[in-house]
Amino acid sequence: MIHLENISKEFKSKKGVIRAVNDVSLHVKKGEIHGVIGYSGAGKSTLIRCVNLLETPTAGKVRLNDREFTELTKSELLEERKNIGMIFQGFNLLRTATVEENISIPLKLIGVPTKEIPERVEKYLKIVGLTDKKNAYPGQLSGGQKQRVAIARALAQEPDVLLSDEATSALDPETTESILELLLKINEEFGITILLITHEMQVIQKICDYVYVMEAGAIVEGGPVIDLFSNPQHKTTRSFLNTISQRKLSREFVSNLQKSGSVLRLTFRGASTGEPLLAVVAKEFAIKPNILTANIMELKNGVIGNLDVHLAGESEEVARSLTFLKEQGVMIEEWDDQYGKI
Amino acid sequence: MINMERFNTFTEQWMPLIGTALIETAQMVLISLTISTVLGIPLGILLVLTRRGQAWENKWVYQALNLVVNIIRSIPFIILLFFILPFTKLVVGTTIGVQGVIVPLVIYTAPYIARLMESSLLEVDSGVREAYEAMGIKTRHIIWNVLLRESRPSIVLGLTIATVGLIGATAMAGLVGAGGLGDLAYRYGHLRYEVDVMYATVFILIILVQGIQSLGNYFSARMKKD
Repeated sequence: MIHLENISKEFKSKKGVIRAVNDVSLHVKKGEIHGVIGYSGAGKSTLIRCVNLLETPTAGKVRLNDREFTELTKSELLEERKNIGMIFQGFNLLRTATVEENISIPLKLIGVPTKEIPERVEKYLKIVGLTDKKNAYPGQLSGGQKQRVAIARALAQEPDVLLSDEATSALDPETTESILELLLKINEEFGITILLITHEMQVIQKICDYVYVMEAGAIVEGGPVIDLFSNPQHKTTRSFLNTISQRKLSREFVSNLQKSGSVLRLTFRGASTGEPLLAVVAKEFAIKPNILTANIMELKNGVIGNLDVHLAGESEEVARSLTFLKEQGVMIEEWDDQYGKI
Repeated sequence: MINMERFNTFTEQWMPLIGTALIETAQMVLISLTISTVLGIPLGILLVLTRRGQAWENKWVYQALNLVVNIIRSIPFIILLFFILPFTKLVVGTTIGVQGVIVPLVIYTAPYIARLMESSLLEVDSGVREAYEAMGIKTRHIIWNVLLRESRPSIVLGLTIATVGLIGATAMAGLVGAGGLGDLAYRYGHLRYEVDVMYATVFILIILVQGIQSLGNYFSARMKKD
């Protein structure tokens, strides 16, 4: 559906050329939700603007629905944009227009027949749950409600694709949660394809199928969310994961424990999360497992459990127990190798 | 009682003159305000949209407009009035009377309104425009439905300021025989030592400006919805 191929975007400034996006390729299939995560200044905002050509890429190709965006004339581009909804961190509603007008005015301007407009406004206000706020002005709404209006405005165009530019970043955690649920709902009900950018791992965790980690204009790691969450490679990915799960134990604490055994991080995915595997280990091997930290992450497409454990015992016994755990599908990392580096 | 008598004689003697002057001022202000607005708003839009990074980015048009507006804005009205006499003659065929003063008033006010429009339009959140661009909406629709619509409260305030400025400028219209309140105060109040006329005119001008400003504030506040 959305194909970005080797997209680069350079800005010329007085200090020289700044490369905001550097050779980024990604592919979003129809009906999927893909997320790009990165710190501010990573270039993700520029990247998402390259999709609907609000920013013209310096190099690379944008393809949407098998149309080469970079080769369209201006009026063809306007026509194609009607098929792409976009929501923003700042909501970007007309302050002097009511909720209803905020949805109906763009519809009128993109040429939806006048008769159909009230119907559409009703329909999408109902979907976002704001029917009773029809005659309110944005100034009278909360941040979450404004974003719902913006979502209704985007949906009312009935696009195939929704771009979300930090749509939840200005909202409190509870409101963020409800907006994410709304995005999931419209993805499921309308099969709308979503590409979003965010700096919040929670957003990726809750609604994304695919995630790309962006740093200094380039994608440093990307893949299905469950893979990246269970087996992160890049240090930026790890530090983002740290924001939603406790992964830090102090070096002294770990090396103290290592005198009497191994300190390990066990990652359980899918089926293995339900098994009482540590109880089995304690029973079958001459090992005393001690859980240091534990957490479980519910993703859109599965569950990942993390355990930091201390396995006290002879090294041979530890090795045997690890073989057993691996056979059960548990991923094991020595604490030193991975997490000491962060 | 003495004051009342004096007031009655005064009104009897001067009311017709003051009335005529007020009408002349109103004529000059309304006509030149209308024409200046019609010219100034598109100029203001151009000043915004030809800037760097805007929809109609054009360095030359922007620089030229900017220069012309600045030049006209640096000439005091009393000088402009005489400076453009040949042009006035060319446009309306005369350089005197209300007709003769409309041209310099417009040339004086239109660039002023353009500047006021420019700052009003620049206040509009660029995010909203971006959102409309992203929806595939044409620039001319964005100008009308986003830029002008959102800046209405600020435009009204700008036009109020321009109107007050215009009233001030019309005071000099007497120099080309167009009459008006300023001319009355000058000729009778100053040259003929009729101090009461001076006071009365100043009083009327204060009421006029107060009224216009309050009206402008009221409508602007009503259009603001936050």
